[in-house]
Amino acid sequence: MFWQQLVNGLTLGSTYALIALGYTMVYGIVQLINFAHGEIYMFGAFAGLFLVLTFKINIFLAILGAMIFCMLLGMTVERVAYRPLRGSSRLSALISAIGVSIFLSTLMVLVRGPNVTSYPAEVMEIATYNLGAIEVSSLQVMILVTAGLLMLGLEVLVHRTKIGKAMRACSQDLDAARLMGIHVDRVISFTFALGSALAAAGGVMVGVYYNAVQPYMGVMAGLKAFAAAVLGGIGSIPGAMLGGLALGIMENLGIAYLSSSYKDAIAFGILILVLLVRPQGLLGRATTKKV
Amino acid sequence: MEALIQQYIDIYYLQILVLIGINLILALGLNLITGVTGQLSMGHAGFMSIGAYTSAILALNFGMPFGVCLLAAGITAAVTGIIIGIPTLRLEGDYLAMVTIGFAEIVRVVFLNLEIAGRGLGLSGIPASTNFTVVWLLVIIIVLLNTGLLKSRPGRALYSIREDELAAEASGVNTTRYKVAAFAIGTFLAGIGGSLYAHYLTYINPQDFGFMKSVEILNMVVLGGMGSIPGTILGTVVLTIAPEVLRFVQDYRLLFYGALLVILMIFRPNGLLGDVRWIDIKRSWARFRGRREARSSVDG
Repeated sequence: MFWQQLVNGLTLGSTYALIALGYTMVYGIVQLINFAHGEIYMFGAFAGLFLVLTFKINIFLAILGAMIFCMLLGMTVERVAYRPLRGSSRLSALISAIGVSIFLSTLMVLVRGPNVTSYPAEVMEIATYNLGAIEVSSLQVMILVTAGLLMLGLEVLVHRTKIGKAMRACSQDLDAARLMGIHVDRVISFTFALGSALAAAGGVMVGVYYNAVQPYMGVMAGLKAFAAAVLGGIGSIPGAMLGGLALGIMENLGIAYLSSSYKDAIAFGILILVLLVRPQGLLGRATTKKV
Repeated sequence: MEALIQQYIDIYYLQILVLIGINLILALGLNLITGVTGQLSMGHAGFMSIGAYTSAILALNFGMPFGVCLLAAGITAAVTGIIIGIPTLRLEGDYLAMVTIGFAEIVRVVFLNLEIAGRGLGLSGIPASTNFTVVWLLVIIIVLLNTGLLKSRPGRALYSIREDELAAEASGVNTTRYKVAAFAIGTFLAGIGGSLYAHYLTYINPQDFGFMKSVEILNMVVLGGMGSIPGTILGTVVLTIAPEVLRFVQDYRLLFYGALLVILMIFRPNGLLGDVRWIDIKRSWARFRGRREARSSVDG
């Protein structure tokens, strides 16, 4: 029972982690809680569905297509709704993000209707493996491996490439980075693209895993992923990964051992408890403010 | 009084006016927390639902009079606000946002599972004690008290926390205590607003108080102009009427609403009245009049 829930939790948690990465990277650089991120994830799930239904392609190509689509979407959103507000207060950018979020989810309701649609069964053959007491489906393996590879790729990108170095510089000090000749707007745009692509991958995989895609799926997933980002320490990339996995596991264990009707409360309850003890999150660094 | 009003105002407009009044109380509460003190709270609907449920349960199960329900709603919400506020408000940054989002979600889930709160069905048959007179009387009292507060010494202390917390602390403002006090008053008003809401619609359901409701109230505060009472009033009126006016676009209503938020923020990032000051209006008016007088004297 415990090990089974652990596997289920890891699967769920790795999708939370993928979404949480987008929140944490954007927050790390522009200190904006990007409330439209959940909707990007939802659009990713729909883009994947569209590709599968129209071109009958397999799941990996669908993930790739959705990632490219959401990259463009994320960059457009940043360009239209956030960049004009770069100099103003953080709250106005937040309201703008909320506006985008309402806009995008309504747009999807108008296009697809509010009902739940599901991925066709032939998108992936699902086999189940028995490992002693626990059952692992090939779908879970696929999600874990894909999410793991994407996160590994992100680590390499952030720590081994020039643009990654620029991202790290921007998250340390935006003004200093600009003075050092970093094209800050381009880095921010790239960060949005990167985060959106990861969220899209998460969206397609969740859509296939739960066999349900609907226009409001982004709201709760977005809130939980943001909770995961804060849990791990907002602004920290390994923190978002750890936070996502921890949240997924604890949520599943909570459902198994406490009560499933309190499912949504468990994640937030844990988050609040952790923040009371460690306000900077699990892997966040406490900053002392200098004058 | 109420009969007289009903005679002259159409029932549909009366309903909108009452909703504006209730939203004003909610928004003024959040304005104090987010607009004036600068602490981002995104779970106002959670405190509102605590007020609504307290009030409804007291009225339904214990037959309490409306006044008692209203007061109890405010106090319960404020007490929970203080309990949430004390540990979180000591910290700087966006932690309050996350904690209040989480708290509101937990409250919603708890009401969804609580026997006495009617679980998913919600509570119905709540006595309809809220009317135009009660709501607007409360609005006037709250606006007056609020204006008085913001012009006083504690009010300036709250503004100073928003502007620069470190500087405020260095100037001898006990920031934590002021932040918690602002949070307590704000959540008290949320409780009052929730109670009025429950006794107006006579039916409440946990889904009425979701994340979107909190966001709606936050929009009212930020859209009008953060920290300014006229701004909050304007934002509330605009955003309460907007869905009604936008009815003709039907399904596209929320699409327009979302786009409107983005566009308004791009063109008025500090809110509609955010950077408008009385003194500037007076000055430009004086300049305008002066120019006209100069012109008329040249003509003559």
